[in-house]
Amino acid sequence: MAAQAKRVPLPAILLANDLLDGDVVFASADAAGPLAWTRDPALALVANDDAAAEQLEGFAAAELRGNKVVDAYLVDIAIESGSPVPRHFRERFKTLGPSNRPDLGKQAGEGIASAPKG
Amino acid sequence: MPLLDRNGHREDRWTRSEGAAIGNIPAALVPWEVLVEALDTQEPEQVIGVLIPNNISFAELAPFLPRLALVAIAFPAYGDGRGFSLARQIRRAGFAGEIRASGPLIADQFAYALSCGFDTIELPEASAARQPVPQWLNAKDSFSATYQRGYGESGRNVLDQRRAARAAALNAAE
Amino acid sequence: MYRYDEFDERFVRERVAQFTDQVARRLDGSLTEDEFKPLRLKNGVYLQLHAYMLRIAVPYGTLNSRQLRQLALIGERYDRGYGHFTTRQNLQFNWPKLRDVPAILGLLADVEMHCIQTSGNCIRNVTADHFAGVAQDEIEDPRPTAELIRQWSSAHPEFSYLPRKFKIAVTGAEADRAVIKAHDIGLRLRRHPDTHETCYEISVGGGLGRTPMIGKVVRDYLPKKDLLAYLEAIMRVYNLEGRRDNKYKARVKILVHEIGAEEFTRRVEAEFALLDGPSINADPEEAARIAAYFAPPRYETLPAVSNTLEAAKAANPAFARWVEVNTAPHKVPGYAALTISLKPIGQAPGDATSEQMRLVADLAERYSFDELRVTHAQNLVLPHVRQRDLFAIWHQLGEAGLASANVGLVTDIISCPGLDYCALATARSIPIAQAIQSRFADEARQREIGPLGIKISGCINACGHHHVGHIGILGLEKRGIESYQITLGGDDTENAAIGEILGPGLAAEEVPDAIERIVSVYLAARSEGESFIDNVRRIGLAPFKAAFQETARAAA
Repeated sequence: MAAQAKRVPLPAILLANDLLDGDVVFASADAAGPLAWTRDPALALVANDDAAAEQLEGFAAAELRGNKVVDAYLVDIAIESGSPVPRHFRERFKTLGPSNRPDLGKQAGEGIASAPKG
Repeated sequence: MPLLDRNGHREDRWTRSEGAAIGNIPAALVPWEVLVEALDTQEPEQVIGVLIPNNISFAELAPFLPRLALVAIAFPAYGDGRGFSLARQIRRAGFAGEIRASGPLIADQFAYALSCGFDTIELPEASAARQPVPQWLNAKDSFSATYQRGYGESGRNVLDQRRAARAAALNAAE
Repeated sequence: MYRYDEFDERFVRERVAQFTDQVARRLDGSLTEDEFKPLRLKNGVYLQLHAYMLRIAVPYGTLNSRQLRQLALIGERYDRGYGHFTTRQNLQFNWPKLRDVPAILGLLADVEMHCIQTSGNCIRNVTADHFAGVAQDEIEDPRPTAELIRQWSSAHPEFSYLPRKFKIAVTGAEADRAVIKAHDIGLRLRRHPDTHETCYEISVGGGLGRTPMIGKVVRDYLPKKDLLAYLEAIMRVYNLEGRRDNKYKARVKILVHEIGAEEFTRRVEAEFALLDGPSINADPEEAARIAAYFAPPRYETLPAVSNTLEAAKAANPAFARWVEVNTAPHKVPGYAALTISLKPIGQAPGDATSEQMRLVADLAERYSFDELRVTHAQNLVLPHVRQRDLFAIWHQLGEAGLASANVGLVTDIISCPGLDYCALATARSIPIAQAIQSRFADEARQREIGPLGIKISGCINACGHHHVGHIGILGLEKRGIESYQITLGGDDTENAAIGEILGPGLAAEEVPDAIERIVSVYLAARSEGESFIDNVRRIGLAPFKAAFQETARAAA
């Protein structure tokens, strides 16, 4: 219960920074596949219920232990145009990049395979 | 708990005693709170060491130093560096017994600890398991010399090495 | 400037190897993240919002062209083609990968640079007057002192796990351009009135952050030879007695405040008395060895006034204005100290591209005895420029967008990276700076307003020095949105003062209006030749508060 009391409101996504690269990564999953990290916030797995949030938390703990990522935590989101968008402005910046440099970061498609380059 | 000195793993000849009743333990390590009591019962052949928290002042400890063979300084966390200064003060007072750092230090602090006057590091099992002895020995020699005079082996600091180089250059010129 | 000898070279190379090994032990699980984090911080590696950040030490803000070119190269090869000069005279890269840091450190070591102690609870990179060695009001060059402290504080066995970060600044001039009163230790070289010997005045316990404090003088005149022993005494008292129960109360300023400057001084002096100076201090020969590196370059004998310069100024008013605003007097006739503004309107304050770095490196090599400086105001300085060369320099800077004539003016804004990059920030800083710059973009108006320092921090840690800004802006979060608190009357000079809060926090878009109103009060109330800060001191905060409240009301 204690862990649930501290958990952010749902729906939520799990984000972290890649240990070696430092990039912001999001927990993602194919239909029934295992969880994996993606650099594309649009592909983040959205946890709508406690069971899904617990799965994300378990993944975070394992990946922290496994020295794959750092600073992993859940972020509460809203769905906008079909994609998860963090409710807090700080976390929104993590899904975008520096607001004074629209040419850099995820907003410029960096690390996002589906995004148009350039 | 695993114990290290500058040469690597070391057997611990000290026995921890939680209270003042040290009986005939040959080398008894007692908590600071019961030190006075333990010293009162000290047998002639018995040696006593103390485990001090790192927030007592050197002045409180100083009167006991002549009767101690070991001072173990607690490191509640590796980032809490008070023990380094305490060890310096204890050494400065001429204490020739063992100074021990007790707590979750990391290998990267080994050289600093030795330079400040520690002889041994006593680690929690978990820290020792993650950081095997070779890592400590390797980290100990990360720097062949440092910039501060008066820490660790003399001659292993840059100021003394520059002084020596100047003297050598002068001699060569004569 | 200082050059490494074999010992310095070996030390820095060994530090690179040590960090490389630390990264490897993090990756293989020998070190936990909690254990590794302080180690990476002590080597300048932060985790920011979008990526790691690497903070490179620019010791006391001094660089040569080769070093700046190397920084440009690192920016291109391992970052995004730009870097950010900081209020501690350092350079930050915002996008390095942890896996690349060892290689970057190697490239830095190739040009006698490093990231040692640019973060963490240790003695940080020592800062100094950016006009060191050239200022007309200088008593003695602070750089040899700063270099001595740089070496002494590097990997210090006893003082690498302090209660909190520890910052030292040094000045040797009458005017304080190094903000020494806002440092944990501020050193000022001064002459003893009787012996005429150069000594240090030592202040302790200054600092910004959550509880801003102005440093207190603990020694009026310390003989130069005793410096390291005296620093050791201060650091030992702090290391043992500084608070460790609350990170917001762990800086030495809190200890000095809680026990009082007098008692703190007594404890330091008692410890100092126990120390055997000669076994700690640097030999006089060592001090002389370091000082020799800072001998003046071979200046030409030039007339005090350059006819070439005067003619160019007469023919080109824009150039004349730039010279007037961006140059400072030099102690040698015919020379000037030139500040290159990294505050073009609309750019992130202190950012420079790799191309710009290369240009400035070329200019330093050609026109300034291969030397340049980083200022705490996030600008660059060519310290020894012949006046007659200024026109050629201005042209080249102009082509690179670096000829803004705004040094010390309202658009020369100091700003931390804020929430656009920093994981600690509570609000953005850079867009606020950009909005104010755009509002005051007109150069004639900037000159009409005169010297006015705006400083912006994106959180209470105050990297943007907002407390000592004439106008300070602090970004906070209020009920889920960014909110900005305005302070007035701060001063970062020898008249150091902490600004006072004017009123309730403002939304980002209201900030330029608020600045406008504050400036209007000054323009209406100033007497002939009275600067903004002098005016605030004379008329007090009340008229400014009244005007500020109108902004708050208008917005409500």
